[in-house]
Amino acid sequence: MTLLHLTDLTVTRGQCPVVDHVSLDIAAGECVGLIGPNGAGKTTLMRAALGLLPHTGTSSLAQLPPRARAAQAAWLPQSREIAWPVTVESVVALGRLPHLARGSRLRPQDQAAVDAALERMGLAAYRHRLATELSGGEQARVLIARTLAQGTPLLMADEPIAGLDPAAQISTLQVFADLAGEGHAVLTSLHDLSLAARYCTRLILLHRGRLHADGAPTDVLTPETLAEVFHLRARVHLTEDGPLFQPLGVLS
Amino acid sequence: MKLIFGLLALLVALFTASLCLGSVGITPLKALAALVGTGDRLHVMILQDIRLPRALLAAMVGASLGLSGAAMQGYLRNPLAEPGLIGVSGAAALGAVIALQTGIAALFMLALPLMALLFALVAVCLILLLAGPRGASLTLILAGIAISALAGALTSLVLNLSPNPYAASEIIFWMMGSVADRSMDHVTLALPVMALGWALLATLGRGLDALTLGEDAAQALGLSLRSLRLRLLIGTAAAVGAATAVAGAVGFVGLIVPHLLRRLTAGRPSALLWASTLGGAAMVLAADITVRLVLPTRDLKLGVVMALIGAPLFLHLIFKTRKELP
Repeated sequence: MTLLHLTDLTVTRGQCPVVDHVSLDIAAGECVGLIGPNGAGKTTLMRAALGLLPHTGTSSLAQLPPRARAAQAAWLPQSREIAWPVTVESVVALGRLPHLARGSRLRPQDQAAVDAALERMGLAAYRHRLATELSGGEQARVLIARTLAQGTPLLMADEPIAGLDPAAQISTLQVFADLAGEGHAVLTSLHDLSLAARYCTRLILLHRGRLHADGAPTDVLTPETLAEVFHLRARVHLTEDGPLFQPLGVLS
Repeated sequence: MKLIFGLLALLVALFTASLCLGSVGITPLKALAALVGTGDRLHVMILQDIRLPRALLAAMVGASLGLSGAAMQGYLRNPLAEPGLIGVSGAAALGAVIALQTGIAALFMLALPLMALLFALVAVCLILLLAGPRGASLTLILAGIAISALAGALTSLVLNLSPNPYAASEIIFWMMGSVADRSMDHVTLALPVMALGWALLATLGRGLDALTLGEDAAQALGLSLRSLRLRLLIGTAAAVGAATAVAGAVGFVGLIVPHLLRRLTAGRPSALLWASTLGGAAMVLAADITVRLVLPTRDLKLGVVMALIGAPLFLHLIFKTRKELP
């Protein structure tokens, strides 16, 4: 089942196309890593796909009315903002807003979704702490839990593991991989190519706004592509633990 | 729940106190009897025509300022935001000052508040034009600052050109803000406009909660930012415009009240909306009672007392915030 369908999605800033005629489909069961160097258009692509930016071309999500879209896709922006001193639990409960009628309280199934999200991100013990008093990495995990609580078929995350400690990075990506295994789909931008190679079922490589490569991690992370797009000399070893990506040096 | 009952009890107590206190000593029981039209005819007149409108206006003005302050802070995600930020109160004051200066205010009793409301309406139209339909919060603030500055400059100009010291002092006294010597006509003029504002602002709770996570995340949660901004602007303009029209400029309420109540509402912007409504009403009632108790003979102005209460409270908040910082 297709959860996101983009056709010729284009976003221009002034004259310059930041995302240039990108077409792709994301189906249930996929954990898709969106990779590319800084400024490749990863964030812009995801925001336009959600309808948060003016664009040409079509995105199946952007065509939905706001409430229906919120039930279809959850979005974790790169900037981690928690404006007021609220408890971890109430931040996570904000993910249930699209499912609640105006002015109604959390129903048992909403509370269950909040509890499950807290549990998944290892935050059950933090439930009553003030989110604003946690460390940056902990806040990031709280915000990821918020998107999980939204319980949408598709989860889109912009650099979700930036600033997390190694264990939290791995367990977050494991959560994403598990979600895909349960029939959800995940689209996440990543800078860590080794983690992308290990946990994503598919990688989409953006280069200067264009879709440069799309496929299984071992097909996308070829020495030629890495040299051309990332200016990296690198190797991908196939091991019994999955593909291992090893950067060796920078090409001038 | 505890908070709602606490604030309601406080409000009822202050409202009753406001009815029972004044230059003519009337015992609380007699005052309440006079309120419903029984007892001494002089007492009935004092209660129904002087004290009731005064207490009602204090509560209405406070509720409007508290509610719009909480809404504005929630929208801008900034605890320093206040309803005056969008320039509506400045514009309403300008309208009132022009009414005083030109003598329009003397034509009929509600001429002054009507002029103030008209100017508030013009200001909100200007802001909508300047900030644009897709306008971000920054353009809104800039438009508000521009309109506040213009209204302030024009108010100074009117004062500058005022023909005699009496006119100037009348204007200055009006600008200090007061709910004394108002009639039920002021209440009936302001109430429908304020009620429109309250109704619009009361719909913002869910959107403001979502905005805790920032504009992008809130939109992805199904919030229409455009509709939220429009309801915020028109709601604030109606509530604050009407408040300024009948009571003059009363500062600090919209800034301080949400600040004081934020912790008690667990930081949730939607809960802060109604809490600040009740809290704002209580605070202005208390300030208006203070005005009567401290210098009963000297016509102390409400806005002055509010600023005198507000500034130290604000200092206290600064020290509290400094302590919380590492």
